[in-house]
Amino acid sequence: MDASPTMTAAPRRRSGRVRQGRRIADRTLRVACTGATLVGALVLGSILVMLIVQGVRGFTPTLFTNPTPGPGSEGGGIANAILGSLVLTGIGIVIATPVGVMAGTFLAEYGRGSKLAALIRFLNDILLSAPSILIGLFVYTLMVRPMGTYSGWAGGVALAIIAVPVIVRTTEDMLRLVPGTLREAGAALGAPPSTVIINVTWRAASAGIVTGIILALARIAGETAPLLFTALNNNSWFSANLMGGVANLPVMIYQFALSPYPNWQGLAWAGALLITATILVLSIIARLVIKPQTSR
Amino acid sequence: MNAASAIPTVELNRNRADEGGPVRIAVKRLNFYYGSFHGLKDVNLNFHDRQVTALIGPSGCGKSTLLRCFNRIYSLYPEQRAEGEILLDGENILSPSIDLNELRSRIGMVFQKPTPFPMSIYDNVAFGLRLYEKLPKSELDGRIEASLRKAALWDEVKDKLKQQGTGLSGGQQQRLCIARTVAQRPEVILFDEPTSALDPISTGRIEELIEQLRDEFTIVIVTHNMQQAARISQFTAFMYLGQLIEFGPTNRMFMNPTERRTQDYITGRFG
Repeated sequence: MDASPTMTAAPRRRSGRVRQGRRIADRTLRVACTGATLVGALVLGSILVMLIVQGVRGFTPTLFTNPTPGPGSEGGGIANAILGSLVLTGIGIVIATPVGVMAGTFLAEYGRGSKLAALIRFLNDILLSAPSILIGLFVYTLMVRPMGTYSGWAGGVALAIIAVPVIVRTTEDMLRLVPGTLREAGAALGAPPSTVIINVTWRAASAGIVTGIILALARIAGETAPLLFTALNNNSWFSANLMGGVANLPVMIYQFALSPYPNWQGLAWAGALLITATILVLSIIARLVIKPQTSR
Repeated sequence: MNAASAIPTVELNRNRADEGGPVRIAVKRLNFYYGSFHGLKDVNLNFHDRQVTALIGPSGCGKSTLLRCFNRIYSLYPEQRAEGEILLDGENILSPSIDLNELRSRIGMVFQKPTPFPMSIYDNVAFGLRLYEKLPKSELDGRIEASLRKAALWDEVKDKLKQQGTGLSGGQQQRLCIARTVAQRPEVILFDEPTSALDPISTGRIEELIEQLRDEFTIVIVTHNMQQAARISQFTAFMYLGQLIEFGPTNRMFMNPTERRTQDYITGRFG
């Protein structure tokens, strides 16, 4: 090396230049990625901080016990909206779970490789990203207009239509993760396909399927647009009769936040914080459900 | 050497029926297709009652394909089909009129990777039993214990029958799968490389087990391990590129094969 410094200098410098260029590219990419992450985190973080500060301020002693107050009046709570939201998401998930799990099972188990399954999967993916207001309008023409009234049933159906594609997708994905040898082992014992699906593949994928259902629940818990045309809202106490408007958190937030009354605005913040916290809890539960399986 | 060894082989072949006892499964002009790929070509082969027959050959030679014909597990995949005859006690199991679930309850299968179901050890073994028999609890318990004993697993799991089968070690899982298969009291048990995912000690236990199971069951085993074939089988079939090259008593196949390709494979010249 020392013997011919001029010979080695040129390639060495060139390799040095290449390294420099790579270092710059490396650093630039790292800075760009870090910067983008910071911007995203900052925006989301400030929304969250704002939500927590304003939401806590909006909490009133009667938040969970009283129904929504009249315009301009003081006090009151959002008990009717909380209860209504629980009922609407409950209806939604009760309808969506069997439909979604069965359809996902069809795609993963029976329709494997068929053209029909490919078509259904494609439509399901479209439905997955369809604007939720369209689903609200769809249910409006399907149920609200013929029935002549807004109703909790229509709201529940609209939420179900949003939840179904989520459940179909996760169910199919989770069933596909079940090794084919497990199905073969079931069949090799002389078990008909239905027995293998119910007792083997569903069981093996149960944590993932439940996670999908919980995530669908979290998704519809905060949906506003489909409820605007279906369940609408109701400022009086929740009644067992689901015909007529049913109070719910998202539409309550939408209406109260746009109102000129500080009391209503405060309640809207509190409701928003409540929904966010619920979704957070649901997401944590979803993670806990899936954890014991992946760690094994 | 070809001319010299041809004569004793003929004699051995003639004596084969006497050595092996009655034929349990007879394969006749079997052809198998994966879509347009011709996976098995005109295979003719007999499997003897309560003997271990090993199928050996390099990867892709069709030995697993042949094994998967006996319980028609291939029919889970619509693009796969078999032509020809496989006679189980004289009945053609490739016939469309065969009830597949009933066939599979008579011909058990143990896979390369252990396949415990996501349920308790007890329920794993009971799975096959519950499909076809409505047994009272006490009898079910007895059958499950007997099956786990036959699979040499009882002592290790008798205190934790309610625990998940997936929590066992690989070797234990494989013996659980054998117990599950044995519980159905099949006539034939198919092993598809049952030890290739296991450590040497677990492998040894499974091999001992197969030796014992031979008293009751006709056994066909696919293996990549030639020592294993030599240790546990009475008959060996060597396959290559979808064809049956040579079949005979294991001793002769390993000591004195007729076919050049068999010898090359056994001595490690290819494979």
